[in-house]
Amino acid sequence: MIKKILLGNEAIVQGALEAGVNFVSAYPGTPSSEIGNVFSKIAKENGVYFEFSTNEKVALEAAIGASFSGLKSLVAMKSFGVNVCLDSLIPLLYTGVVGPMVIIVADDPSCWSSAQSEENSRAFAYLAHIPILEPADPQEAKDFTKFAFKLSEKFKLPVIVKTTTRVAHQRMPVVIDPKVNTGTQKTGEFIKNPHQFVTMPPRVLEMKKELLEKIEKIRDFAEKSPLNKVSGVRNTAKVGIITSGVSYLHTLEALKELNLHIPVLKLGFFYPLPKKIIQPFIKKLNRVLVVEELEGYLEKEITALAKDINPKLQIFGKNLLSPIGELNANKITFALAKILGRKYQIPEVKEIIPKRYPNPCLGCPHLLTFSILKKLTSKNIIFGGDIGCYMLAGMPQFNLQDYLFSMGSSVGIGHGIMKATKKQKVIALMGDSTFFHAGISALINTVFNKSSPLIIVLDNRTTAMTGHQTNPGIGKTGMGEDTAILKPEEIAVACGVKNIKVIDPVNIKEYESTIKEFLNKKEVSLIVARRICALLIKKQKNG
Amino acid sequence: MVKNSFNIIIAGVGGQGLITLTQILAEAALSEGYDVKTSELHGLSQRGGSVETHIRFGKKIYSPLIDGKKADLVISLETQEGARKIPLSHSKTIFAVNNDYVLYRGGFSREKIEQKIKSLLKKRLYLIPASEICKKELQNGVVSGVYLLGYCIFKKIIPLKANSILKAIKKIVPIKYLELNKKAFNLVNRN
Repeated sequence: MIKKILLGNEAIVQGALEAGVNFVSAYPGTPSSEIGNVFSKIAKENGVYFEFSTNEKVALEAAIGASFSGLKSLVAMKSFGVNVCLDSLIPLLYTGVVGPMVIIVADDPSCWSSAQSEENSRAFAYLAHIPILEPADPQEAKDFTKFAFKLSEKFKLPVIVKTTTRVAHQRMPVVIDPKVNTGTQKTGEFIKNPHQFVTMPPRVLEMKKELLEKIEKIRDFAEKSPLNKVSGVRNTAKVGIITSGVSYLHTLEALKELNLHIPVLKLGFFYPLPKKIIQPFIKKLNRVLVVEELEGYLEKEITALAKDINPKLQIFGKNLLSPIGELNANKITFALAKILGRKYQIPEVKEIIPKRYPNPCLGCPHLLTFSILKKLTSKNIIFGGDIGCYMLAGMPQFNLQDYLFSMGSSVGIGHGIMKATKKQKVIALMGDSTFFHAGISALINTVFNKSSPLIIVLDNRTTAMTGHQTNPGIGKTGMGEDTAILKPEEIAVACGVKNIKVIDPVNIKEYESTIKEFLNKKEVSLIVARRICALLIKKQKNG
Repeated sequence: MVKNSFNIIIAGVGGQGLITLTQILAEAALSEGYDVKTSELHGLSQRGGSVETHIRFGKKIYSPLIDGKKADLVISLETQEGARKIPLSHSKTIFAVNNDYVLYRGGFSREKIEQKIKSLLKKRLYLIPASEICKKELQNGVVSGVYLLGYCIFKKIIPLKANSILKAIKKIVPIKYLELNKKAFNLVNRN
């Protein structure tokens, strides 16, 4: 055993290797991306199969197939990825797994690297009945990942390890086992068992019953698990704290700040909730502060538990700690001081320097597109944004984004706008990786339903925003092997798009005249603006 | 020896190599037997915008975040980004700021920001022409962050040993750039 400084995401990779993972799939998304990046580099030498899948749903399904064939699998995604794969995630809990499976889900409270919403993925536990563990730091990220494989193996269910930006992008010395090399890739075997793998009624309802029984067994197990721990000492004021994830670390800082010694229950299990650990903890308290980020799910659970066990218990949580934005020691210190009747003011921070917004990199090909679009600005041209570096079109200096939702939505929503308004024209922007991820079905819909947006696929030959991962358009797999190069323009032909042009955006005149020509078309049209990401060129040069 | 914790905020503009500096400091602190935690951000917000990382080391570190004006040191790779951290500092926070200027829409002029940061920080400010020195001495401005690090170590602003940093540089920096980084780190000592 040695100590090595690891990023939370690197620690997760280490935990998976120590657990003997065989099969890893991912779609990049900050703050989860480094998990795929690291596996992309080290999978081969560690006897692991790795792929960047086209999207999170396919990533999950690939892992399901591997698990059903007996392999240990890991899937990594950001919070929004769960939305994408949910359709297959829910039945997976019904069938259960064969080989153990761990799903890493990275939330981003405060939306440091997220558009679209401040999502709290813990809610999926209730919907899918999937066990969720919440590590606080890289050491726990490693340990919990390893533990999650054991849990999955024992109970034959997939397990989510849920991180946040401050866990995934935290570094600390982590105790690791340096000898994890597993050598050759393991081959699985799919042993036919429709009774387990086919979710048709009436069997599906039996499966639900089996699932709910399993969850109660896992709850018993969780109640004995060291992942939930009590620290601190009982105090005469009978005040305590229940917390989980990175909030635990901020809580310890807050206690230090106030020089307080009160009991803290840190929950490693979010679901199923270890009720028998919480009940004795709250039984002896007069007041409890529930410290959790975003929506107050734990607080609701604890409120329900207190009704039976300690009806007089005063429960504090979201009344003092906002459900919006990440927590920190200051906010928790404030909440504690308030409860204890102490004076504490969160230090006021006044901005003295104007905001510096992110900007496209020097030489970014998207800038050429932005400069042309800027000239077309009018109330009848609607600019549809999508998820990628080109979201920067929405920054004040460009102001070229009239709506922004989820992966691939620029085209779907654009289609609806055109159908509804009849005379307004939508220019929908979409990156190459986003096109493959969720753009194609929306493109087909425009042809099928006779719509006419102009789609510009900004093909910069990489998944740039998340750190230059490969995608189906590149010709290399996540393990660096040669593979087919899929071209958006050829896919568009197959989908029945009539107006298609591939342009290097440096040819400004041609680009501009094509946009103008296509804007007058009665059918959907598609331009592939193809030029490699400037940052990637620099990266490749520097080796 | 650090009793409680030593808290460093590194500030700059996306792409200036903050994460490498953070890694070097973390490795050096660990090699001296400290507990250490860092926090950083990745992704689109880092493209050319304001960025910062946090490093905390000491006997026992819990949270990776420095909040509540608890920074002991702000290292900034750019003047406007250095000035931006003033409201996060307390009356004894030291600022080691590269006197380099990256223009942006709505920002201050070079002269104005220099004036502002000097008048607000007075003796707490070390305004160092790191990029200029590195370009002149090493024909490379990219290593100005490592030069600043050298400055903070040799002037005893950061309570870590030069040797620990050099060992950390060897561990973190790719072989191709190792000599350049070592030179940048030692440059302060030679002048």
